[in-house]
Amino acid sequence: MGRSGVRRILLGAAAPVTALVGAAIIIVLLLLATGHNPFSAFEAMGGAYSDPGVVTGAINQTTVFYLSAVAVAIGFKMNLFNIGVDGQYRLAAMLAAAFAGATFMSSLPGFLRIILTLLVAMVVGAIWAGIAGWLRVTRGVSEVISTIMLNSIATALIAYLLTPDRLAILQGQNVSTRPITAGGQVPNINIGTGTPLFSLILLAALVGIAYWFLLNRTVFGFSIKATGLSETAAVASGISVKKMMFSAMLISGAVAGLVGMPELLNGLSGSYSLNFQTGIGFTGIAIALLGRNHPVGIVFASALWSFLASSSNALQSVNVPKELVTIMQGIIVLLVVIAYEIVRRARISLEQRDVARQLAVGADREGVPA
Amino acid sequence: MSSSESPTGAGPGTSGGGAGATVVPEVPAVRLSGITKRFPGVVANSDITFSVRGGTVHALVGENGAGKSTLMKTLYGMHQPDEGTIEIEGRRVTFASPADAIAVGIGMVHQHFMLADNLTVWENIVLGSEPASGLGVLRTRDAIDKINDIAARYGLGVDPRALVENLGVGARQRVEILKVLYRGAKILILDEPTAVLVPQEVDELFDNLRELKSEGLTIVFISHKLDEVRAIADEITVIRRGTTVGTADPKTVTNRQLAEMMVGSELPTPELRESTVTDRAVLELAGVGSVDADGRAVLSDVSLTIHAGEILGIAGVEGNGQAELVDAIMGIRTLSAGSVHLQGADITHRSTLARREAGIGFIPEDRHRQGLILEGSLWENRILGHQTRAPSSNGWLLTRAAARADTRRIVDQFDVRTPGIEVKASSLSGGNQQKLIVGREMSGEPVLLIASHPTRGVDVGAQAAIWEHLREARANGLAVLLISADLEELIGMSDAITVILRGSLVGRYDPRHVTPEQLGSAMTGAGGEGLDAPAGPDLEAGNEAETRVEP
Repeated sequence: MGRSGVRRILLGAAAPVTALVGAAIIIVLLLLATGHNPFSAFEAMGGAYSDPGVVTGAINQTTVFYLSAVAVAIGFKMNLFNIGVDGQYRLAAMLAAAFAGATFMSSLPGFLRIILTLLVAMVVGAIWAGIAGWLRVTRGVSEVISTIMLNSIATALIAYLLTPDRLAILQGQNVSTRPITAGGQVPNINIGTGTPLFSLILLAALVGIAYWFLLNRTVFGFSIKATGLSETAAVASGISVKKMMFSAMLISGAVAGLVGMPELLNGLSGSYSLNFQTGIGFTGIAIALLGRNHPVGIVFASALWSFLASSSNALQSVNVPKELVTIMQGIIVLLVVIAYEIVRRARISLEQRDVARQLAVGADREGVPA
Repeated sequence: MSSSESPTGAGPGTSGGGAGATVVPEVPAVRLSGITKRFPGVVANSDITFSVRGGTVHALVGENGAGKSTLMKTLYGMHQPDEGTIEIEGRRVTFASPADAIAVGIGMVHQHFMLADNLTVWENIVLGSEPASGLGVLRTRDAIDKINDIAARYGLGVDPRALVENLGVGARQRVEILKVLYRGAKILILDEPTAVLVPQEVDELFDNLRELKSEGLTIVFISHKLDEVRAIADEITVIRRGTTVGTADPKTVTNRQLAEMMVGSELPTPELRESTVTDRAVLELAGVGSVDADGRAVLSDVSLTIHAGEILGIAGVEGNGQAELVDAIMGIRTLSAGSVHLQGADITHRSTLARREAGIGFIPEDRHRQGLILEGSLWENRILGHQTRAPSSNGWLLTRAAARADTRRIVDQFDVRTPGIEVKASSLSGGNQQKLIVGREMSGEPVLLIASHPTRGVDVGAQAAIWEHLREARANGLAVLLISADLEELIGMSDAITVILRGSLVGRYDPRHVTPEQLGSAMTGAGGEGLDAPAGPDLEAGNEAETRVEP
């Protein structure tokens, strides 16, 4: 067991390490080909983190990425491709912001206000994803298509609702929901870097633990995994695939609803405006792939993604286009996907050989396997 | 089993080395000497010597995992042997890749078809070696003409312009064979070609093979279906545990002798001891009907009763409603008519989960598709199908320690050969996977066991063990529905046998008196009544049910 345990860890690490090294090599070649100095580029990127504020910002961004990637991963575990995390979190954030900023909220105790805001966001996200889940289960509509369309509908709906007559107010040149009044936000953690740390990092941690617990400890999570690995075996085992699909979409949407919460409840403006961060749902897909849908793997993947992104501005100081980082991220995902598949196959055949060998040895010792 | 004609391959009209092939030792079409192939930790082939005369069908038989496929991959250049030599028509060759093997005229028809459904037959055949003019324009007409030529010469009837997705399994296989012939193969390797065919299609295939043989082609036929091997082969080579153990003459050898060569020991016999049938009905189906997506009846008016301690065997040509019957009992398929009762309770509208919880165990036909999560560990597979019950869970949370402990019990009690319960199900051999499934389905005190082809594709050791577990379960009062394509198993292991034909039960037989031939003709609808038909009181469905099916 000990030897195969070590091997399992080595194999587990092999894929991301080779992918990262491979990506670095490709980037170096790319920089050389475009006439830049790779060393100064990497130096500039590393140098960006000498500012502790940048580091804190990157951690805050990691929190947001993490929530998004977990939302995507829940779907992936069931072979459901929830591309709609983007629309789900934007709509959820907008409605939750309008709700949290509503005047009647000011009279409620702060704790309750925060809980209610989070609840609204989760419910909206779940409903928006639930539409796709419901279409899939009852009409067989591919969730890929329906969630892409629901993203567009969400955009239109937000544009419609985010006007001064409806859920928004005009603040200077910007329209936004009514800002959350004092007590309705969650205090940040000041770690003395100038940039405060999002306290909702704790919420993200909680979501990660819940995700791990759900998958590994509950019958529901077992059913999700079983359905994802073999739908036919799941059916024969009495697992209702439709029920699991619908539930998985609801949960995925509920977690997606939380994606906008760090910015809303920890951010400066305390409102949903035209400046609200968009596109995180798509980033989440890449990160979930990179983290192999694993609750801990996604932590590292989100951090990598976010830290790379935070260093992109520094590149411009050495005249390297900051899009290089985007290319880098893309290469890493591609290589990781390839490397993981190779490692997965190697692992299966190694294990089969192991079993064959151990049984051969066992047979010699009168059938007692080691 | 009807091919006593031209068993030596020197049939009339054999052009090539037909003359006196049985007497004068001539250069064999294929000769493998001392082939050894090692994989880390295992020797897959060891010192195999094997030779095939030109213009004959040579069968290679052996149990699953005996090394047949490894050997054929060597011959087809998919990997290189560690030791030994390959000679084709007396010339020594080495293959770096299948392309080299194809170049000397070797072609392989894989067990699983490799055809693009959305292309036509001729497109599939030329794929990869498209005839093109100098300008790179595909010469459709030439391709089709050439295919028609080959098809006519070897009697492989198939329309080159048909879409593959519209073809039946037999026709697809002919396309695969055409594909190989189109590339100029003179030596064909057929890997378990009959695994996916129904008996009629097997007969057609054998006619095709005889045609190919009479045109001088050499065929290596891999199989473990002994009846078929004896019917088609001119010579049989048996391999066991990676090495050749001998050759046999299909005219004189019996199935049992062959099987014992394959196994290296005496075979277990399927048989039951004294009757344990009680009068307590466990499963009752009354007038069960079901239709497919196109509204055609796949089950009509099926009524049967299984009592505690009784094994009811279902005989039938595959595709006559067995799978649908199982799905109907498991609650996977919805019924258009009739009812299902388990121990007196109406479960017609209960979910699969509720039925499992009520005590139905299920050994599915295809263990990889329905029985296991191959990427899951053994103990996770133990939970499968029992996920809502102890020892797997308390309803909401998995009880992992208890599930693991119970998996160890199954591994011990059912002799699942594995180094541990954390390994993935995919790393076990087929027989051990099946023993794990049987152990799982017999835990949790089932009252009814649906055993669909329980010993298909498992080695004889596992087969004997599974039969013993069925006998024990029967003695303990379990009701068992046994579906099998192996008539010997069915006759030996059943207390009663009914025949299913086009979705209806068409006769009930007493296994003590029925012969495989009688069952066989009933299965194809050719036979008359069952020996003690018209049936017991639970089977008045009988033949009139057939009139309601409009095929």
